[in-house]
Amino acid sequence: MKLNANIPAGPLTQKWTTHKHEIRLVNPANKRKYDIIVVGTGLAGASAAATLGELGYNVKSFCVQDSARRAHSVAAQGGINAAKNYRNDGDNVYRLFYDTLKGGDFRAREANVYRLAEVSVNVIDQATAQGVPFAREYSGYLATRSFGGAQVSRTFYARGQTGQQLLLGAYQALMAQVSAGTVKVFPRSEMLELIVVNGHAKGIVVRDLIGGKISSVMADAVVLATGGYSNVFHLTTSGGASNVTALWRAHRQGALFANPCFTQIHPTCIPVSGDYQSKLTLMSESLRNDGRVWVPKNGGDKRPADQVPDNERDYYLERMYPAYGNLVPRDIASRAAKRVCDEGRGVGPGGRGVFLDFRDAIKRFGEDVVRERYGNLFEMYHEITNENAYKTPMRIYPAVHYAMGGLWVDYNLMSNLPGLFVVGEANFSDHGANRLGASALMQGLSDGYFILPYTIGNYLAQNQVKRPSTDVSEAKRAEQAVTERLNKLLSIPGKRTPADFHKHLGRILWDHCGMARTEAGLQQAKQEIAALREEFWRNVIVPGSHDDLNMALERAGRVADFLEMGELLCLDALERRESCGCHFRTEFQTPEGECLRNDAEYAYVAAWEFGGDGKPAVLHKEPLVYEEAHMAQRSYK
Amino acid sequence: MKLTVRVWRQKNARREGRFAEYEVQDASPDMSFLEMLDVLNERLIRQGEEPIHFDSDCREGICGMCSCVINGEAHGPESQVTTCQTYMRSFKDGDVITVEPFRAMAFPLIKDLVVDRSALDRIIQAGGFISVTTGSAPEANSIPVSKYHSDLAMDAAACIGCGACVAACKNASANLFVAAKVAHLNLLPQGGPEKDPRVLGMVEAMTSEGFGACSVTGSCEAVCPKGIPTSFISRMNHNFLTAALKLRVHGPRG
Amino acid sequence: MNQTSVGMNSLWKVFTTTIGKKAVMAATGGVLLLFVIAHMAGNLQMFLGWGDINNYADLLKSHREFLWPFRVFLATCLVLHVSTGSFLAIDNRRKRGHSYEVKKLVGASFASQTMWISGLIIFCFIVYHLLHFTLGVTNPEYLTFRDAHDRPDVYRMIVTAFSTAGTVCLYALGVATLGFHLSHGVRAMVESLGLRMETWASRIDKTSLVVACLLFLGFASVPLAVLMGLLQLK
Repeated sequence: MKLNANIPAGPLTQKWTTHKHEIRLVNPANKRKYDIIVVGTGLAGASAAATLGELGYNVKSFCVQDSARRAHSVAAQGGINAAKNYRNDGDNVYRLFYDTLKGGDFRAREANVYRLAEVSVNVIDQATAQGVPFAREYSGYLATRSFGGAQVSRTFYARGQTGQQLLLGAYQALMAQVSAGTVKVFPRSEMLELIVVNGHAKGIVVRDLIGGKISSVMADAVVLATGGYSNVFHLTTSGGASNVTALWRAHRQGALFANPCFTQIHPTCIPVSGDYQSKLTLMSESLRNDGRVWVPKNGGDKRPADQVPDNERDYYLERMYPAYGNLVPRDIASRAAKRVCDEGRGVGPGGRGVFLDFRDAIKRFGEDVVRERYGNLFEMYHEITNENAYKTPMRIYPAVHYAMGGLWVDYNLMSNLPGLFVVGEANFSDHGANRLGASALMQGLSDGYFILPYTIGNYLAQNQVKRPSTDVSEAKRAEQAVTERLNKLLSIPGKRTPADFHKHLGRILWDHCGMARTEAGLQQAKQEIAALREEFWRNVIVPGSHDDLNMALERAGRVADFLEMGELLCLDALERRESCGCHFRTEFQTPEGECLRNDAEYAYVAAWEFGGDGKPAVLHKEPLVYEEAHMAQRSYK
Repeated sequence: MKLTVRVWRQKNARREGRFAEYEVQDASPDMSFLEMLDVLNERLIRQGEEPIHFDSDCREGICGMCSCVINGEAHGPESQVTTCQTYMRSFKDGDVITVEPFRAMAFPLIKDLVVDRSALDRIIQAGGFISVTTGSAPEANSIPVSKYHSDLAMDAAACIGCGACVAACKNASANLFVAAKVAHLNLLPQGGPEKDPRVLGMVEAMTSEGFGACSVTGSCEAVCPKGIPTSFISRMNHNFLTAALKLRVHGPRG
Repeated sequence: MNQTSVGMNSLWKVFTTTIGKKAVMAATGGVLLLFVIAHMAGNLQMFLGWGDINNYADLLKSHREFLWPFRVFLATCLVLHVSTGSFLAIDNRRKRGHSYEVKKLVGASFASQTMWISGLIIFCFIVYHLLHFTLGVTNPEYLTFRDAHDRPDVYRMIVTAFSTAGTVCLYALGVATLGFHLSHGVRAMVESLGLRMETWASRIDKTSLVVACLLFLGFASVPLAVLMGLLQLK
């Protein structure tokens, strides 16, 4: 298979502009003849569905939650980047582009990242016009703050609820289109299969989660905006419903899965407290603006934080990375935390935690200022841990957060299956091996508002395969396969619950494919996952039926796909014999313990093709060519 | 901790429901309330019984999906938190905890503790947005907004759409939910042009969806996980009455 | 926005919404509130002596051209207030659907939960009060009392009526219910009219309580003063 990223020719700064001139358009009168399916209603899905509806397409939007507004984008706290340069601190599109590329350890596609930086400014304009209440200065103009991996202040925010506010903006735009009749939303509906007709993605099989009805929905194009797959790790910062099923079903139908091993571990989460735990809660990275990260200099120091004198504290990020200090990118902060905990200097129960201390910030600005900036985060911390972070430092530890990998897409955000578009976290394209803070919101909305609505027209205008009816054999077969699979899950006379398998899978991945990965560990993980998957299909127990709301069945189906996907994740990590960004292979590190990249052999996108059940996946490589940016060793010292 | 949990079980909207009682032996005070239910559900599944169905997603108090009434209080005993952020340390060893779904005519029950809150989406469809076509937005800093109004709009915009206000109101009124959205958008200059049709449309939708009238009891504010104040309801009433008295309101789109 | 929102250009349609109905409640309640304040001020003239209260009563009754339209207006407000309130109370109950097993009052005053009941008690009290003093049905002799200027003798009527403990109890209960109703009613009225915003909210809530207490004290003071012998027939 030849991978063609369809990157437009010409200088980097002109590619998107030229491309917009050159791609084909759909006549306004013809737009209403096209049906487009959008799966997922997060930032990317809702913004795409709303914009496509505005353009005049018939849009069908699906989500698993009870309302489009619940998608997990809602939980993003810190902010959204944009190269507005409102602070006059030297920001510009090129700098945002370069920071993002460098933050991703040069494993992202240059042209996509440049376009992202370019449209970031439009996203802020759009959101502001929609009524997103971004923080403002007393002058009435928009405020910004700093975030990890950047030396300029370019992050716009709405208290600690930026994701919520941006999502509500997109959701409201979506609701406006529903009332205008261009979009129909199907909540509590789960996509369980992709329908491919003559090589083109032309529909999906959906299960109505309330009544259990399984049906095919056909369209001229299918857009997947189903978010990331990090829940494969079980304990993550993702929402309970976040899953890989839509992506994995598409992958099984031929869509390539790119860079699955690029999963981000977020440095500032509340540490695990017990085995019953269902999720990990993130404390926004923005806290690192004013909070200082430290552990005691000596291992086994059990004194309360306030009794440890300054000269016995190790502000290790400031010590190791004086230029960026507490604001180093996420992967670096996470690994540093792991390292000090491995040295036995971790704090809190089990020694898996480091302090994030606001003492100095409170001394400098006063408690009120700190409260105004981070009040809701401190409250959330208090609710969960019953500790007052104004008095004692927060305890934090890294946790699985974001998936940089995803389905492979070309410059038009179309996968290798024509007609299948993938936007937001679900695709792989913009963050390389590590995403910078406040860039996920930027990417989701850029894809949905400003990129996909143009590029999808290019596909539709060529309209090689017409929208088939639901009676085609491909649809019937897909429906039947879905029903059989559900029946099979319900009929296994097993003993272990789907959640139990999920937890087990998560433990395997966290131990062997988490913050530090080794050849032997990954081999072992692959075998363990294969064995677990085999056990799953004979020993899972799923009560109830499939013609009713059945959350155990939903979970079982998702875990079954995670069990397949997890193995691919390990395989990808195994094959990438270098360290870059979040992917840290202990065999490949600098003497200081930093990532040792191997640009000569691994400057490519690993795009995996499904090889068939029980057969290994097939690797395709898209070489990463940098026309403008210079691939440098990352340094935040 | 040992607890007795009494939960409303109802297979679906067509069947009769009843309370079922479960003993939970091994709850930890650091568990969230929903994690306690998770542990109970794991046991039920292992026994081949259907787990207790309840809605939840983010488990960090922001998505608005969780929706239980615990011992007569929407989102449980603690103020300004959602059910998912309610921790077992709020209960005592030996407590009997009664868990009910959100009850309202406009929120039909789906199963156990799961209810249909799509009426709230339909209210938003009736005007809870600013009609700005993608790409037509002006430069973000071209319209300054006073920090006071921007902050006030953000206070209102913090609503997570969980519907606890409806569940707690003796009239199942959605006034606080609607008022929060009306205030958020009407307070901002960007929302100004559609101010009147917005409030008229949303209020009309709220009435026709079957939500009750506001008796100004303040229960909604007390259970609101985001502490949204009832003064926004007054703001909405003001907007509504002044818009209604204008008699001629021009809608932006037919 | 959709067609329906634009279509609310008939005033009637406003009253089909819950907020429109609450506005009717608030506006009529406001009129009735102003009336009871004036009524109380009139009553307090009992403390000024025999002549003043009778002068005042005569003044009111001598302007029949104002009196009757005013009575009709007041009665209309009362009927609208009671009927809209009753409609909403019944409708609101229906809107809950299934009731909760565990009932707990969260963040709400007892008064706010019982406005319909307190309102109906007040309505019955008003009917009794009219039969008692205005129409002379229960005690026809009151209307025959004349003072030295051959005017209706209101002072004597009141002192006679309130010299029995039973009547005083009844009136005290009536005005206590009124106070209870208004302790929530005043703030609800301001809220429904859209005037209880931001920083004003808590001030209005306090004012609501103060107004309710003052009205109760003002109304209860006359019967109690009679019963305690502070106001007598000399």
